[in-house]
Order: sequence, then C-alpha cells, then structure tokens
Amino acid sequence: MQNNNWKILTRPLIDDNPLTLQILGICSALAVTTSLDTALLMSLVVVCVLALGSASVSLIRKFIPHTIRIIVQITIIATLVIVVDQVLQAYAFELSKRLSVFVGLIITNCIVLGRAESYAMHNGFVASTLDGIGNGLGYSLILVIVGAIREFFGKGSLLNVQILIPQSQGGSFEPLQLMLLPPSAFFIIGGIIWFIRRRRPQQVESAEFSLRQLEDSAK
Amino acid sequence: MSEVIPRDSTARALGVALLVAFICGLLVSVVAVELRPIQKANIEAERIAQLELVLDALSDIGRVQSIDSLEARIVELTSGQFDDSIDPATFDAERAVRRSTSSVAIPADLDLAGLKRRAKHAQVYLVNDANRRIELIILPVSGRGYQSTLRAWLVLDGGTQTVRALKFYQHGETPGVGARIEEPEWEAQWRDLSAYDDAGVLRIGVRSQAGYSDDAEFQVDGISGATRTMQGVDGMLRFWLGEFGFANFLQRIREEQL
Repeated sequence: MQNNNWKILTRPLIDDNPLTLQILGICSALAVTTSLDTALLMSLVVVCVLALGSASVSLIRKFIPHTIRIIVQITIIATLVIVVDQVLQAYAFELSKRLSVFVGLIITNCIVLGRAESYAMHNGFVASTLDGIGNGLGYSLILVIVGAIREFFGKGSLLNVQILIPQSQGGSFEPLQLMLLPPSAFFIIGGIIWFIRRRRPQQVESAEFSLRQLEDSAK
Repeated sequence: MSEVIPRDSTARALGVALLVAFICGLLVSVVAVELRPIQKANIEAERIAQLELVLDALSDIGRVQSIDSLEARIVELTSGQFDDSIDPATFDAERAVRRSTSSVAIPADLDLAGLKRRAKHAQVYLVNDANRRIELIILPVSGRGYQSTLRAWLVLDGGTQTVRALKFYQHGETPGVGARIEEPEWEAQWRDLSAYDDAGVLRIGVRSQAGYSDDAEFQVDGISGATRTMQGVDGMLRFWLGEFGFANFLQRIREEQL
C-alpha cells in the first residue's frame, strides 16, 4: 500500500507528466515562466489547488449526481482558485501583480479539471490527494526548469540574483531577448519533451496519420 | 441518502447543486471580506510607491523631493477652493465616491471618463520651491479603461499648462496590450507635454483618436491593439482637466500665481 501511494505521487513527475506527456496546461506554462520566482509561486498555487480540488471532489464523489458532475467540479475548483487569488493579493501583492490574470486562469487549466474528472471521481480520498499533489509537482517540475532556463539566459540571473553581468553594465553577457518572449517557452518545453521521449521511448505516440505515398507518375 | 433519493433524479441534482453553491459562495465571501483590509493597505502602499517613482523621475526639476516634503491638500472641485476642514490623512476618495452625500453625479455629456459619479473633494499634492511658489501639482485621476478602472497620478508644472508625468498605479488591463501603459517608454511621452494651446483650449490626448488634429505638441502615440484603453486614457485626461474635473482649481492656481 505504501509502495502504491508512492507510485501515485511520483508517476506524474516523469512517466505520466501532465505537461510533457498529456500536453495540458501549456498556456500558463508559457506565460508565467519568464522568471524563476513567478514560476515557483505559480507552481505552489497549482499544487495547492490540485491537491485541495482532487481531495474535495473525492470526498463528495458518491453524492455528486452524474448529470451535473462537471459543473460541481468546476464550482469547487473556481472557489479554490478565487480563495488562493485573494490570499495572494493580501500576502504576496508584488508577485500576484506579476502573475496577473494567470492565477484566475488556473480555473481553466485542464490539468485540474482533468484530474478531478478522471481520477478523483473514482478513487479514495488519500489516493486522490496524492494524485493531485503528484500532478501538481509534475507541472511544477517543468515550470521550474523552463523558468530557470528563461531567466538565466534572458536576464543572466536566477531568483533575481544577478549571476552573469550583462554587457550594458560592463560585463560580457548579452541577454537573449527571445528568452523573455512566449515562443522561447515553446522551444524549451518541446526540447524537454524530446529529451524525455528519447529516454522513455514508450512515451512516443504512434503517428495518427502516415504520409500517402504518391505513385510515381513522373518518369 | 442515496437510498432515499435516487442518485440521478432532478431533486437530487438540484439539492447537491444548491448545497455546493452555498458552501462555495460562503467560503469565497468570508475570505474576500476578511482579507479586504490587508489588500486595501497593499493598494495604498502601491499608490504611494508609484508616486515616489514619479518624484524620482522628476528629481531634476527643483530640489530633491521625498514624499514627506509634499503638501497634501483637499480641494473642493466645483469651486476650486482648498477645503481645510477635511484632514488629508483621513480622506478616503473611494469611500467618498460611494456615498451620495459626498459625491455628485456626472452629467452624461461630460462623463468622458465613464465614471458616472465623482467625489465632491479630491486630495492633491503640491510641491513648493524655496520661494513658496508652486513647482509641481500632483492630481489623482481615474477613468474607465477596457476592462478595469484606470487610476493614475497626473503631474502638472506649477504654471498648470504642461504635463510633467502620467503614472498609472492601478489597472487591470490586458497583459502585453493595454497593460503597456505602465511601460517606461510609453510613460516617457508624457514628459513636458503642453496640455492647452495658446488660446487656452484643452488639447491634450492620445493620437489617432477621431476628431483631433494630429498636432504632436499636445498628443502622445497610442499603443496599437489597445484602442479601448487609449480611449480611456484620452477621456480620463479630458475629463479631469475639464470643467467637471480640476479646471476650476487650476484656474484659481493660475490666478494666484500672477
């Protein structure tokens, strides 16, 4: 049992990562990873929302009528997100301003609803909570990697501590402006997905379509 | 419970929906009300921090300024007179707007900022030079943007003719589009911009608005993609510098300075 719980918690880190295997939650991953501190705060918020969301849905799963299950899940998730957003505005004002709308948009993050609908509706309280935390950590892992890479190459710093001195201040480091723009997160996430699938070939999806071989009509 | 009422009956669905909505609503309300004072203090601190940033940027005009060297005064907007019966330290502009006794409805044709009501009083800051002449006038302005209320500091020179700075301290505009009103490059355009032409007509605005001459002297470049935000900024300035805003107060300052 102990072993099983551990598996529920750690499987979403690499083997079943919501971002790199299920390709969910990409929008926020692009938006909040320009620096490591926003990525860390967003990670914390998503872990909390996922854990509490899955736990509460799992607790009342036997009472939820099948017909309105999605709207009940969304209501619970939205409540949690609003509460977390209010707490951030009170106790982490500066960071919450930088995360701006993306805290509110966790409501529409497919990972949260996905775990509630596909896992918490069918599993017990402990397993669902662990599954929520695990998926949150899987999302966080990628967010932190992307955030660290983008901040390091985009600004030469980590957690706002300057490591490389930019040329404008007499150093020899030329900041990569691209790293601060959303497309760079696409490239980095793409690179991470490639890397993981190289190491775990079982994650590689079979092609849905194959190119049609045209008959060679020309000579 | 599940034996008494079938799981997929309408009654059950309604009951569960109501119960979930009630508990969630209660939770959100309690948290919002409980945390409100802390959030308000944060916003107030942000307001002052932004004002300090403005003063830093303008420190080349006159002496070194800090927030403490500012003279806070309450202005009665209709007469343009200072009203010293209200303590600036306790004046709460947002509460004043909400109360019908301390605010007035704005006539629809004058409501360029889309505010509907404004407080009868406003708190302004004055920066005086060594000869007690007014060097800078700092006015709080607000207006309806695209999806939020824009709040900003408008800094005029002591002659009341020229804008020294416009600094937004609170808004909820779209990140990357309307939110670019916070960017230093855009803000820099407001530095030393004439607000009135030689005939004394209010001409300030954001370029590309219909009905304006493209006279660069009085206008700044808009932000592409943020049309509604720009209309908000434009209307906000024309309202607060207009007759229902600070026009009478500024008129009085001009007369006093002569």
